[in-house]
Amino acid sequence: MESLQALTERALADISASADLARLDEARVHWLGKKGLLTEQLKSLGGLPAAERPAAGARINEAKQVVQVALDARHAVLEQAAVAAKLAAGRVDVTLDGRGEQPGGLHPVTRARLRIEKLFGDVGFTVAQGPEIEDDFHNFTALNVPANHPARAMHDTFYIEPGQAMDGALLRTHTSPVQIRALKAAAGKLPLAVIAPGRVYRMDSDATHTPMFHQVEGLLVDTDVSFAQLKSILHGFMEAFFEKDLAMRLRPSYFPFTEPSAEVDITCVECGGAGCRLCKHTGWIEVLGCGMVHPNVLASCGVDPERYTGYAFGMGIDRLAMLRYGVNDLRLFFENDLRFLRQFRGG
Amino acid sequence: MKLPLSWLKDWVSLSLPPAELASRLTLAGFEVESVTPAAPAFSGVVVAEILEAVQHPQADKLRVCKVSVGSGEPLQIVCGAPNARAGIKVALAQVGAVLPGDFKIKPAKLRGIESFGMLCSARELELSAANEGILELSNDALLGRSLREHLDLDDVIIEVSVYPNRGDAMSVQGIAREVSALLRLPLTGPALAPVAAANAVTHPVIVDAPVAAPRFLSRVLQGIDNTRTTPEWMQERLRRAGLRPISPVVDVTNYVMIELGQPMHAYERQRLKGAMHVRMARAGETLELLDGRTIEMQPDILVIADDERAIGLAGVMGGAGTSITEVATDVLLEVAFFMPDAIAGRGRRFGLQTDASQRFERGVDPAGQERAMERATALILELCGGSAGPVQVAGDASLCPARPVQLLRRSKLARLVGTALPDAEVEQALRALQMKVVAVAEGWQVTPPSWRFDINIEPDLIEEAVRVIGYDRVPEVPAPLPQRFRSRPESIIDERVILETLVARGYQEAIHYAFVDPAMQQRLFPGSDPVRLANPIAADLAVMRTSLWPGLLKGVIENQRRQQERVRLFELGAVFEKQGQGAVRETRRIAGIRLGARVPEQWGAKAEDSDFFDLKSDVLAILSFSNALQDIEFTLESPACLHPGRSASVKRCGVVLGWLGELHPQLVRELDLPSAPLLFELDLLEATRHEVPKASGISRFPQVRRDLSLNLPEATPLSALRARATVAGGSLLRELRVFDVYQGPGIESGRKSVAFGLIFQDNTRTLKDDEADQLVAGIADDLKQHLDAKARE
Repeated sequence: MESLQALTERALADISASADLARLDEARVHWLGKKGLLTEQLKSLGGLPAAERPAAGARINEAKQVVQVALDARHAVLEQAAVAAKLAAGRVDVTLDGRGEQPGGLHPVTRARLRIEKLFGDVGFTVAQGPEIEDDFHNFTALNVPANHPARAMHDTFYIEPGQAMDGALLRTHTSPVQIRALKAAAGKLPLAVIAPGRVYRMDSDATHTPMFHQVEGLLVDTDVSFAQLKSILHGFMEAFFEKDLAMRLRPSYFPFTEPSAEVDITCVECGGAGCRLCKHTGWIEVLGCGMVHPNVLASCGVDPERYTGYAFGMGIDRLAMLRYGVNDLRLFFENDLRFLRQFRGG
Repeated sequence: MKLPLSWLKDWVSLSLPPAELASRLTLAGFEVESVTPAAPAFSGVVVAEILEAVQHPQADKLRVCKVSVGSGEPLQIVCGAPNARAGIKVALAQVGAVLPGDFKIKPAKLRGIESFGMLCSARELELSAANEGILELSNDALLGRSLREHLDLDDVIIEVSVYPNRGDAMSVQGIAREVSALLRLPLTGPALAPVAAANAVTHPVIVDAPVAAPRFLSRVLQGIDNTRTTPEWMQERLRRAGLRPISPVVDVTNYVMIELGQPMHAYERQRLKGAMHVRMARAGETLELLDGRTIEMQPDILVIADDERAIGLAGVMGGAGTSITEVATDVLLEVAFFMPDAIAGRGRRFGLQTDASQRFERGVDPAGQERAMERATALILELCGGSAGPVQVAGDASLCPARPVQLLRRSKLARLVGTALPDAEVEQALRALQMKVVAVAEGWQVTPPSWRFDINIEPDLIEEAVRVIGYDRVPEVPAPLPQRFRSRPESIIDERVILETLVARGYQEAIHYAFVDPAMQQRLFPGSDPVRLANPIAADLAVMRTSLWPGLLKGVIENQRRQQERVRLFELGAVFEKQGQGAVRETRRIAGIRLGARVPEQWGAKAEDSDFFDLKSDVLAILSFSNALQDIEFTLESPACLHPGRSASVKRCGVVLGWLGELHPQLVRELDLPSAPLLFELDLLEATRHEVPKASGISRFPQVRRDLSLNLPEATPLSALRARATVAGGSLLRELRVFDVYQGPGIESGRKSVAFGLIFQDNTRTLKDDEADQLVAGIADDLKQHLDAKARE
């Protein structure tokens, strides 16, 4: 009969040769099962003298213990290998594209507009809106531009065919009429701080003009609003919008609805003031018009110009978007070419 | 406005380099648009005289000239110009000269005859575009002198933009006044001594409209010779100011206008019929203008007339019948002050914007007529000889606008500007602008000069003071930060959230013009009556949009053309609808279009076109912002441009919020699209109107689900099934989810199979199985009775 020692060694060899969990289980049954070869050894104890039985039984149990430990260890190894194999089989090509829809994007002009609204919102301005088909009164007269005023020639106005809408109806040439509407609504509830972004229209179409474009108007009226405050808010806005330290300068200008009036230049955002094609080698780019609200405008809206002062400004959203995003042709904004628009994803 | 720097220097003694002057003017509100040399660079060109010009023996068109430069031997020069002749003074490019375009002059042989230099045309020197033979210089030109010196060609031309409130600055004098104030330089100006009358001849003038023409000066000049040539210096100045020299008398009137800003007119006196009248036009009266057009006038137009007819559109343009001819000997000069109101807009009515009308409608100095008359008289007599009569003044000067005294308060200035400026500087600035300034306790009493039409109220004076002192002197002062809450209705959804919802669903935002092609809009919405523009910029941009679809369809078509096969665009913007009685309703709409595959081409998905239900899902994503989806109905009805079976209107409580659907197959064909685009449009505010949420309790007991599969008539909409089931299921039915709809083999034609899950739940106890079964049986019974729904075998 084979010695216990030899049996144990064979069992251990069998275990380590088991290549997978099924084979290992067969080995377990073969050696340690109810009828396993090592289990069978215990049955042979009956043939031994009673005095030798305890020692022999202890040796067999010890051998079984050794084999069980080997089985458990091998089981752990094989189980781990099985998991690893399963994981390996489940591997995907992570460089393939993700599934489903790809996001679109906002129009760059909207993107700039929302940015402007947010920045002014942070310092307390609310957004106001007005109609795009305006009447002569709000677009001109109330803004201190009476009929035949030469300033009307500054705007090439689109008119609505007579009889179609209210008399003298036109497409607003600027967002300034919203000043009038907002001021009238706020008279008696001042102070007022609004911005009014929107589409405006002028009969102009060439490389740098489109017949429709976007402006944002700003208006702040309170008891002690000053030109110095206007300078401060515009400078702050420009630096916030462009995320750059910029120099700013004001040049006297003329708008019938502000006095004093100014054009605002900032350091060229392209060259930083060194001079380039964008700034026509001046180092400055014109970005907006502004001024202190004309007393006639305040009065026509029921606001006492002795008690209140205000500032107003107006800027081209399209122009700011062009400068911010490096767009060199205004017309691209209205051609809606997907290849152009897709560049403004995100945000 | 263009003006040569040399002319400005006659008026103010300037030594600043042109670029610096330009910068100072720009920062004072007179933007200098360009500073350009009066002539391009060239050298070696001198004044010369042709002593002799004989035919070239070998060439018909060439002449051989002997040319003198005043010293040394005459030079032999071959010239092809037809006007090359003995006795004239010309511009000679000597051997070694360099002409524009880096063209070097060398000795040459033309058809066998040697030539030592070139006689130049104005074109070759780039002084003019006209090709009129060689340049002929005045007889008094100094031989051998550099042409650049002779014609003052090293001058620069400054182009200044003048705002419409500053008519007073539309002249050399006006800009000189500004320069003088800004740089604190004295105004010099040419001597403008009165010309004494040599006789007593006047022409009768009757001003019938003194309110429109309060001052009307006239003067008769006799025995003048208008056939003479305007001297080079005046021609050059006019040319540099952008005017074309015409004849001495006309050139002088233009010269005085540019110099003093006072437009004037010269009539050929022999062509006037009787007295001169200044009156309003008669309705329908006609006038032939200098430019050859005949206009028909209205009674609000001021005219100059003689006894028989209108002879000029006052302040705008003269008439053809009385203009100065070359042979004129007697001239009637007109120098008037017309009220800006009487001139403004009149020229534009006839498409005219002249140098005169621009100045009159902005306001010319009502005190400046005498000086202009004297300046013009002196110049005409100097150029053309003749004698002048006395200056005759008509009209009513008391009707001229006066510049009232205006109080400027120190406190107001500090409050509006936001900083206190030193008194002395304010006074100095205003005085530099020739304002009368009298210090008073509160500040200053200021009288602006007669030419400053733009100074009417206190802030006008504040602007002037700060402008001269410098806008850069105003500090930047942050406003105090107010802590004030504003109304932010929670029922109005932030537009940004809605835009981003569509962006997340693959849509790209577009912005189209709000005026569209009338034909396209009519094709989409037959019988619609859009708001029309009176003056569209193009025929295909002539009407206001009544929907965002014309623009979006155009966007799709154009992107298809650019090989973009899958297009998803959306737009947010106003549409315009007539409401009758002159009212136009403007509403903000959100609209979208999708064409092509459901998802971008990719490895894990089949290439399938989007359908109505993809579109509906986009629409529901927007409608979900109104947390009242249960009130929204989709009904099979929509505009005619959509597929009648695959389109719907969206309503809430009977009010239409918008439409969605597939473009009509007929239009798909006409527009040559590869497949049918899907479109939606919603009223933004109404579609997303939101109820502030109110929480209610949630059930802690389990829900029970039962599935039901029914066979229904094909035409029965799901909405009908849902409505009946909701009633029959009572309050315990929490949800009905359709998970399958089938038509085809196994189902008789005209019917469909619908499978749905019913979810029941009670708030107070666990529902028993048999209760749920009873509820389902009740629903099935109800549907059988009312909707002919059979349980599927």
